[in-house]
Amino acid sequence: MVDMDKKVMARKMGRLIRSIWIFNWFNSCGVTELLPVVASIYDMERFGLIVVDNPKHADVLIVGGYQTEKSIKRVIRIYNQMPEPKAVMALGSCTITGGMYWDSYNTIKRLSDYIPVTIYVPGCPPRPEAVFQAVGMIFEHVNQLKKEVKGK
Amino acid sequence: MSWENYMPYIYAIFAPFALALFGIIYGLVLKGFDRKLAAHMQWRVGPPLRQPFYDVLKLFEKENIVPKNAVPWIFNSAPIISMGALILALLYLPIGPFNPVLGNYGDLIVLLYILALPGLAMMLGGFSSSSPYSAVGAQREFIMILSYEFPLAIIIFTFAWKYSILYPNLKAFSLLTFVEHPLWQNVGILGFIGLLILLITMLVVTTGEVGRMPFDIADAGTEISGGALLEYTGKNLGLFYLADAVKIVVMGTLIITFFFPYNLSSLLLHYFSLPHYAWLTIDFLFYLLKLFIISFVVVTVMRVAFPRFRVDQVVKFYWGYATLASLIALSLIVLDTVGGV
Ligand code: SF4
Repeated sequence: MVDMDKKVMARKMGRLIRSIWIFNWFNSCGVTELLPVVASIYDMERFGLIVVDNPKHADVLIVGGYQTEKSIKRVIRIYNQMPEPKAVMALGSCTITGGMYWDSYNTIKRLSDYIPVTIYVPGCPPRPEAVFQAVGMIFEHVNQLKKEVKGK
Repeated sequence: MSWENYMPYIYAIFAPFALALFGIIYGLVLKGFDRKLAAHMQWRVGPPLRQPFYDVLKLFEKENIVPKNAVPWIFNSAPIISMGALILALLYLPIGPFNPVLGNYGDLIVLLYILALPGLAMMLGGFSSSSPYSAVGAQREFIMILSYEFPLAIIIFTFAWKYSILYPNLKAFSLLTFVEHPLWQNVGILGFIGLLILLITMLVVTTGEVGRMPFDIADAGTEISGGALLEYTGKNLGLFYLADAVKIVVMGTLIITFFFPYNLSSLLLHYFSLPHYAWLTIDFLFYLLKLFIISFVVVTVMRVAFPRFRVDQVVKFYWGYATLASLIALSLIVLDTVGGV
């Protein structure tokens, strides 16, 4: 039974990672280093990653940088609108510890206190290479899963 | 009765499935080429050619959400109507060397109405999904339909009129007539210019019909975040994605039928001989090539070269310039015919 589940899971994940549609939520400086990822030098469309216009078509929500008390409400709302299965990628040190805004009165300190975060990408701001490393780690994870299923 | 008596029935049952499969697969392939070539034009590497297939597979894995305030039966049937109408349209069209499956049962006027259905389905889906953005998108879709149908109708009636003059014994609105007698040889210099203008108008109308970049006001991402498709997820969105892919095959075939119904076999038949099925294969491959070139011009070049128009600009473009151009072409062809007689 467990094996069966794993097989279904591996097949599902294999399909999901091949085409990842991203919805961006940025309201801070964290965006500056993600723009090159979309543009022609790093070109994330090579891996089937594209940016979509609304959360209902998206698979991955990218939250960039610090969130204020007000904007985190919108993040939660956007997260709830996304169809399952979904994932959240948090960019920048600010989402992990508050970063340079650690003692600010109106920013949240840790994103995973509010929504489940799948993967954190550290950096202030993270380099495009770091974003790709995060994506690569997800691909690697799914490949491992597939290998396990095949090996049995 | 021998099994050969059943052949028409077997053909009638299997042809729609085969056509649907062909339309979906080649539509997705064209989409893959479109994304790859557009990426190269923008100095990028671009996704692999199989990317649209991956997208569809993923969309069918995702959760299917029906909004709480939506009208579920309209909301869920809109993508199916859209898909079904496009496959029905494929049945009326001659696919390369093969004659249309329903060639004897309907003509261009039926096709004109069927081609309006996918847009109407998208509109219904948008209105029924209870989101204000979708409602705005649906209204814009309606404006699009109103805009491009007029020049398209003028093009079709120009062709039908010319054929009714040239061949009074044949059905003027039948696509079979169009395929068997290409128009280019039968017109003088004025008519030739008229046909060229008609071709350009038809290409522009097609870009609007498939809803791509300069005319994608209905699902403008940065303005109304997806428009009529906003609330669709999972399977329903996947079906709309497929319908979008089939649409370019349908419209491309329509252009081929009107303007380039030539086959390689009739040209090469005098030089060497091949068995019948080999000629069929060659003609079919040639048809695929023609479709690819049309898709490249209509979708890829247009969307890379032009940014999006405003709503009022689109209406002005189609009702003003495109209609004017097709009317000029009509009068040129009329002049050519009357002067020639
Ligand atoms: S991590 Fe650095 S770049 Fe990102 S939002 Fe915080 S301060 Fe700005």
